[in-house]
Amino acid sequence: MEELDVEPTITRIPGAGLNQKHLGFEWGPGDLLVYETNLKLQGPGSGCPFIHVVRRDEDIYSPILRKLFNESHHIFVGLQNIKDDVPSKNKKPQFVSISKNYRSVIRACMEELQQVAVSSKVPQYSNQVSILLAIELIWNLCEVLFIDAAPAGSLLLHLLDWVRLHKADVDEKARNVLQSESPTRHHAYWDVVMSFVLQGRMDEARQVLQKRASLQAESRATYQLMDNLLHKMPVFNPSGTQTLTEFDVKWRHWHEECDRCLQDNSFASNNHLETICKVLVGDEDSLLEQKELLGTWYHLLISRLLFSHPTVKPAELHYYAQSSMDMFLDSHSAPEPLDSILLAAFEFDLHQVIKDCSIALNNWWFVAHLTDLLDHCKLLQSHNLHFGSNLREFLVLEYASGLFSHHSLWQLAVDYFDHCPEFGRVYLELQIERVPLETERKALKVLRICEKRQMNEQVRSICKIMAKRALSNNRLGSALSWSIRAKDAAFATLISERFLQDYCTRGSFSDLDLINNLGPAMLLSDRLTFLGKYCEFHRLYGENKFTEAAKLLLSLMTAKIAPRSFWMTLLIDALPLLEQKEVIFSVDQTHELMFCLEELTSDNELKPEGLAQDDDVECTKLELLRLALARNLAMAIVKEGTVEA
Amino acid sequence: MFVAKTIAADHKDLIHDVSYDFHGRRMATCSSDQSVKVWDKSDSGEWHCTASWKTHSGSVWRVTWAHPEFGQVLASCSFDRTAAVWEEIVGESNDKQRGLSHWIKRTTLVDSRTSVTDVKFAPKHMGLVLATCSADGVVRIYEAPDVMNLSQWSLQHEISCKLSCSCISWNPSSSRAHSPMIAVGSDDSNVTYTGKVQIYEYNENTRKYAKAETLMTVTDPVHDIAFAPNLGRSFHVLAIATKDVRIFKLVPLRRESSTSSGPTKFEVQLMAQFDSHNSQVWRVSWNITSTLLASSGDDGCVRLWKANYMDNWKCTGILRGDGSPVNGSSISSAALNAAAASGAQNSTVGAASAGRKKTQLMPG
Repeated sequence: MEELDVEPTITRIPGAGLNQKHLGFEWGPGDLLVYETNLKLQGPGSGCPFIHVVRRDEDIYSPILRKLFNESHHIFVGLQNIKDDVPSKNKKPQFVSISKNYRSVIRACMEELQQVAVSSKVPQYSNQVSILLAIELIWNLCEVLFIDAAPAGSLLLHLLDWVRLHKADVDEKARNVLQSESPTRHHAYWDVVMSFVLQGRMDEARQVLQKRASLQAESRATYQLMDNLLHKMPVFNPSGTQTLTEFDVKWRHWHEECDRCLQDNSFASNNHLETICKVLVGDEDSLLEQKELLGTWYHLLISRLLFSHPTVKPAELHYYAQSSMDMFLDSHSAPEPLDSILLAAFEFDLHQVIKDCSIALNNWWFVAHLTDLLDHCKLLQSHNLHFGSNLREFLVLEYASGLFSHHSLWQLAVDYFDHCPEFGRVYLELQIERVPLETERKALKVLRICEKRQMNEQVRSICKIMAKRALSNNRLGSALSWSIRAKDAAFATLISERFLQDYCTRGSFSDLDLINNLGPAMLLSDRLTFLGKYCEFHRLYGENKFTEAAKLLLSLMTAKIAPRSFWMTLLIDALPLLEQKEVIFSVDQTHELMFCLEELTSDNELKPEGLAQDDDVECTKLELLRLALARNLAMAIVKEGTVEA
Repeated sequence: MFVAKTIAADHKDLIHDVSYDFHGRRMATCSSDQSVKVWDKSDSGEWHCTASWKTHSGSVWRVTWAHPEFGQVLASCSFDRTAAVWEEIVGESNDKQRGLSHWIKRTTLVDSRTSVTDVKFAPKHMGLVLATCSADGVVRIYEAPDVMNLSQWSLQHEISCKLSCSCISWNPSSSRAHSPMIAVGSDDSNVTYTGKVQIYEYNENTRKYAKAETLMTVTDPVHDIAFAPNLGRSFHVLAIATKDVRIFKLVPLRRESSTSSGPTKFEVQLMAQFDSHNSQVWRVSWNITSTLLASSGDDGCVRLWKANYMDNWKCTGILRGDGSPVNGSSISSAALNAAAASGAQNSTVGAASAGRKKTQLMPG
C-alpha cells in the first residue's frame, strides 16, 4: 500500500526562541505546556518568561459540534448493542439505517453551523461547515458503496441520489428562475434545464421546458420531441419485476432513438435542445462543456454513467471514476485530498479511504465512527485488512481520548472505551483517575462509573483523595465517610482520633448523624468502632436509657474497645450515672468499674510525670470517682439484697 | 495544535521545570531564581499564581507533585545539593479570600554532596516514596513511613551508579508481576563506551535494589528518561533522550526457577530511534496513555511522536518558537490569531481537505 507521507504540522510559539535556545514542555490532560528555557543548565538567565498552553483539538470546544458528539454517541452505543447472533447479511437494513442516522446528525449540525456562520461571519464556522459537508459526502458514498453495496442497476440510482443531495444548489437556482417575473427569459433558464437533465431529474426538466414550449408555437414540435425523449428515458426499478437485461434492452432502444434524432438534425433549430440531446446520448465533449454546471468530477462521473453505462457494476466503477477525474481536472491542477478519498472509495479501497480521511480531516470523530460501522458490517475483513479490529479500536481509542480532555464530554468517552476490548479498560483506568474532582458531586459521578466496572483501585484512590482533601479542610464527617468508602482502616482510625480529640476539647461531637448511622462500617477500624459506640452511649444517655448506657460504657473498657488514654474520660462520664437517685450500675458492674480505675491509676503511677502537671485536678477527679463508686456499691448491695429477699 | 493561552510566569530567571498536578488543575514552576510557584486553574480556565516562595539557595532544577492521595505535596531538587518536600496547608481564611495558599517545608534531604539533578515520587502503590539522583552518581530512595507526618523521611536505599546521574524514572507498573523498578540516566561525558542507562530492580528477598540491566548501546550522555504507562502489558517501554530519541522495549525473560533471587533479566529491543532533532535531545515525556511521546532538543523544537496501530512511529507535530517578542498587548491576541490562522481556510467542499492537516497519522 502506498505510504502517504505527511509532513508534521509546525505550531509556532509566539515569543519563544528569542532569548533561549530550548523549549521545555509538560504534558497535561488536554494540553501541552511549553516554555522557553535552557536545558543545558548554564548560560545567561532571563527574567519573566512565558508559559504557553498548547491545545491539541479545538473542535472539542465548539458548542455546536458538542451536539454531534452527544448524538452520535447514542447511535454508537445502539450499534454496539446489535446482537451478534443474526448473520450480518440480514442486518444490512439495520446498518444502513444507522449510517443514515449518523448522516442526519451531521446534516443537522451542519445546518446549525451554517446559520451561525452566516450570522457571525467567523471564518472558523464556515470552515467547520465545509469540513462537515465533506464528511457527509464521503460518508454517504461509503454508505452506497460499502454498507448498502447496491448491485448493478440500483447502484446508479443510489449514486444519483448521492449527487443530487450534494449538489443542492440546483434547486435554489430553479426556484429563482421559476419565481422570477419571466422565467423563460431568465439568464439561468437553460442552466436549470440542463442541471436537471444532468442529474437525471427528467420530470422536473420537462416542467421547466414546458414553460418555453407553450410560448413558442412555431417550434412546438421540437419541444414536443424533446419532451417525449425525456419522458421515455427508462429508469431501472429495483422493486419491479423487470430484469436488468430487460431494462438494458429498453434503455438501448431509447438511446438509439435519441441518436436518430441527432442524426436527422431534429434539433438543428434549437442549440439548447440539441446540446441536451447530445448529453442524452452520452456525448463526452458535450458533457464536458457543462463543467460549470457539473461543478465536480464526480458529478461528471455520475452523469456519464447515467447516459452511457446505466447498468454499471460496482467493480467497474473505478475505471470510470479515474477517467472522469482525468477528463475533468486540468493537467496542471492536482487532485485535492477530497478527490483522492472519493477516488479511493470508488476503487473500493477502504483502508485508503480511512487512512486519507485520518490525515486530511481535523478530527477523529469521522474515521472512528465510520470505521466502527464498517467493522460491524464485517467489511474490514472482507477487504483483507487483517488488522481490522485493531484499526477500529485504534481510532475509537483516539477519539475517546480526545473527548476525555473535555470537562464534560469525558462522560461520553466512557462508553467508547467500554467497547474497545483490547485496551479500552486500561485507557479508561488511566484517564478516569485524572478527571478533576472539583466537587463531591463530581467525585460521586466518577466513582459510580468506576464501581460499575469493578475498577477497585480507582474507587479506592478517588475515595482516598477525597478523604485526604476533606481532612485538610477540617471537614471530619466528610473525611470519615470517604475513608469508609475507601475501606482505608488506617485513615479511618486517624479521623476517629481527631473526632475524639475534638470532643475532648469542645465537649460535643460534630457529624453525629453520620457517626450514629455507621452500621457495620463501624468495624473498619477499632478506633472507629469505639467512636461509634461512644457516641451511642451519649445517645442512650441523652434518651435517659441509663441502664443500657451504663452497660455500654462499661463494656467499652472491659472489652478493651476504648483506648486506655480515653478511660479517664469514660470514668468521668460514669459519674452522673453513679450519682442518679436510682441504682444503675449493679454490684458486679461497680466492681468492674473500680477495677478499671485501679488499673488506670496503677498505670499512671508507673509514669508519674504524666500526672505531674494538673496534679490537683486529677486528684480531685480520682477522689470524686472513688467516692461515687463506693456510694454506688453500697446502694447496689442494699438494692440487690432487697430484691432477692 | 494551536496556542490557546500564554501565561506570564513572572520568574526572575530561567524556568527549569513546569509540572502539572495529577488532575491537571494546578501546576508548579521552578526557576534559577531559586523559587517555586504554584498556579491554580480557575473554573473559567484562567491560571492564577497562588503561591511563590524561595525554596533553595541555588537553581531549582525540578519540581514534582506527589499523588493527591497523599495530599497536596511537592518535591523540589536544586543545585544547592538538597531536595525538599513541601506541603500545602489550608491557611487563614483571609489568605483564601486573597486566593493565596500556604506551603511549608516538611523536610530537607541533605544526603547528596553535589547538585541534586532529579527528583521523582514513586508510583503510589509503593507508598509515599521519593527518589533523587545527583551529580555524584548516587540514587537515593526515601520513604515517609507515616503519610500523616511528612517531616519524617528515612533514607531507605542508596544506589551507587558510578556515573554522574542526570535523570531518573520509576516504572509505573502496579502489576504484582513487576517488582519496583527505577531507570537512571547519566550525562557523564568523561566516561565513554559505557552504557549510560541503568535499570535497578527491587529484590523482595534481599530488600535491596540491584542492577537488572545496563543499556550498553546507549553510550552518549543521557539527559532524560521516561517509562511509558504500562497498559497492562508484560513488557516495559522506556524513552531516552540522548544524542537522539530512542524507545526501548524491555521484555522480562522467564526466570530459570521460581526460587531464583537474582534480578529479572530483560531482552532489550530498540523499538524506534529518531534523529530529527539533529542534535542533543534534552527531554522526553509520555502523555497519559502513552499514545504520544514528546521530545525537546538543541534544534529548539518540541517534537511529538506517535505510533499507529501497526506500531510504526512517526513525527506528527512540531512546536517551534517563532522568535518574535511577546509584548504585553499581544499576549491575549496571540491565542486568537493562532486559532484563526489555522481555521481560516476557504469554505468550499473541496477545500475541506486543504484545511488544517491534522497532527495524526495513519501510515499503512
